[in-house]
Amino acid sequence: MESSMIYLDNAASTRVDPRVVEAMLPYFHDYYAVASSEFSHSPGLKAREALDHARNTIARRLKARDEEIVFTSGGTESNNLALKGAAQSFQGKRNHLICSSIEHNSVTHSCKWLESLGFHTTYLSVDQEGFVDLNQLEDSIDENTFLVSIQHGNQEVGTLQNLEAIGKICRSKEVLFHTDASQSFTFLELDLSRLPADLVTLSAHKIHGPRGVGALYVRQGTPIKKQLHGGYSEFDLRPGTENVAGAVGFGKAVELSTSEHVKRIRMMQSRLADGLTHDIDDVVLNGSQDLNKRLPGNINVSFNRIEGESVVLHLDMRQIAVITGSACFSRSLEPSYVMMAMGFSHERAHGSIRFTISRFNTPEEMNRVVETCREIARSLRSISPLHKQGV
Amino acid sequence: MSLPYTKKVLDHFMHPHNVGKIENPDASATEGSPACGDMVKLYLKVNEKTQIIEDIKFESYGCASNIATGSIITDLARGKTLEEAKTLNWKSAADALGGLPAVKVHCAVLAVDALRTAIENYEHQHGLLKEKTPTTRTVVLRRLSKVINPLAGLDVVKTKLVKKVEVENHKVTVYVELPSDHQFANNVRNEIEERIEPLWDVNQVKVIFTKQ
Repeated sequence: MESSMIYLDNAASTRVDPRVVEAMLPYFHDYYAVASSEFSHSPGLKAREALDHARNTIARRLKARDEEIVFTSGGTESNNLALKGAAQSFQGKRNHLICSSIEHNSVTHSCKWLESLGFHTTYLSVDQEGFVDLNQLEDSIDENTFLVSIQHGNQEVGTLQNLEAIGKICRSKEVLFHTDASQSFTFLELDLSRLPADLVTLSAHKIHGPRGVGALYVRQGTPIKKQLHGGYSEFDLRPGTENVAGAVGFGKAVELSTSEHVKRIRMMQSRLADGLTHDIDDVVLNGSQDLNKRLPGNINVSFNRIEGESVVLHLDMRQIAVITGSACFSRSLEPSYVMMAMGFSHERAHGSIRFTISRFNTPEEMNRVVETCREIARSLRSISPLHKQGV
Repeated sequence: MSLPYTKKVLDHFMHPHNVGKIENPDASATEGSPACGDMVKLYLKVNEKTQIIEDIKFESYGCASNIATGSIITDLARGKTLEEAKTLNWKSAADALGGLPAVKVHCAVLAVDALRTAIENYEHQHGLLKEKTPTTRTVVLRRLSKVINPLAGLDVVKTKLVKKVEVENHKVTVYVELPSDHQFANNVRNEIEERIEPLWDVNQVKVIFTKQ
């Protein structure tokens, strides 16, 4: 990527921290043996040690036990394993699961797959800020429900769900609680010694780690069945030769992610939100209006009377990388399902732009983004047949 | 990998020609709507004697393909007679732009349609339009030929995505060769409904997906 590029698509994927790459290299060049059991040759033991160390780093961050961390190929696989794995162990006993209508596709499409096998799903609606209604959740749980899957932070609009409250409800109703924390892990506290969650999805490449590695936290005693068959690695839940270098990179990325970064990211988030909504006419914030109830790096706004792909392209020409919820941008030619589930018009979805900030961004970049967006909004509105409502 | 657009498309997108309104136009037309994502408004000034388009402008609420097509189609139509301008289609626009990605053609047709409709409106106002005919399969197919198959970038009739059309008692049923859970199924259904519903004697439009 050109160095002058302002990259604000960090919710999709992040720049791998050079120190992460550094930490991984020896596991390609020198310690490339398979991480085997304790009765092995010494290169294998060396690899095993690295894998266990990475596992321990992640477990400590979550206040979990080492053996509760199962390495996978990423968030998508973790979500698949959590949902299908739990469903299979309840097959013939309970057949109902619940998720929100703004989950990542790897959750909702897993639900659809399970429906084809005879399970059924309740998709909880969300309010205009993207919050799940806890009463609706409580009412939806019945004696056939085995699992509730509700994400921590939303990938598009950044809204954070109240995991404590959701966990409490699940505990009292004796159903499993899975949360997809791909977007929030290390940015927000997840203390599994207190939080009553049974399954938690984690991903490395959202936190400056490598792609192709993630993890599923599986609370001890949680009934899930493996979805891939082969050997016995990862506590017999995920066969396949361990991705040692990937796990090492994931562990290093966790280690490097500090609360100082989060503070800086929060500061840039609030500067960007202020600039976009105050310095530019007819711009509305999508998702939680309270910035503290959003993912630290997420700002999502709609530029009324402008189509998002045009904004994305104009920004790209000016070295700023963002994405839009517009249908013109999506592979399905449909507007963002998250925006639609929040009850917004197609028009608002079409004009929505997501900016996601990382620790590699700077406050000065936020100023440049606001200034550039203001110019683009003025230019695109000058050719638009639509006019501001009530003017 | 570079952007999926030609340099010509990007030039017209960044600096579109003929944008704005014409006060007291001789004809105008709007295609699309904010709800369907793209919208184009087009204005014409026509010399009544020569029937030459003397001025043409457009406004766009849309994506890059939409803006670029609006720009090029107004360039192409300017100075032409109405009869000549009628022969312009999205392909003339796409060719002049050095090509458009297939999946974007459905954004590009709006500007072309707006030109056609503006010309039709002009003819209507000058008593040049033929009688309204009752809806038949042919009328439906003609309308459907404006719906683009996003898989191919060509229309749904030509690409045989539409298997069958029935017209009976003011009710139109369109059979589409796609699974109902296909990536583009909702999009295709909405576009078909939008095209057929406005027909004066149609009360109901049904789209049935035939593929398993």
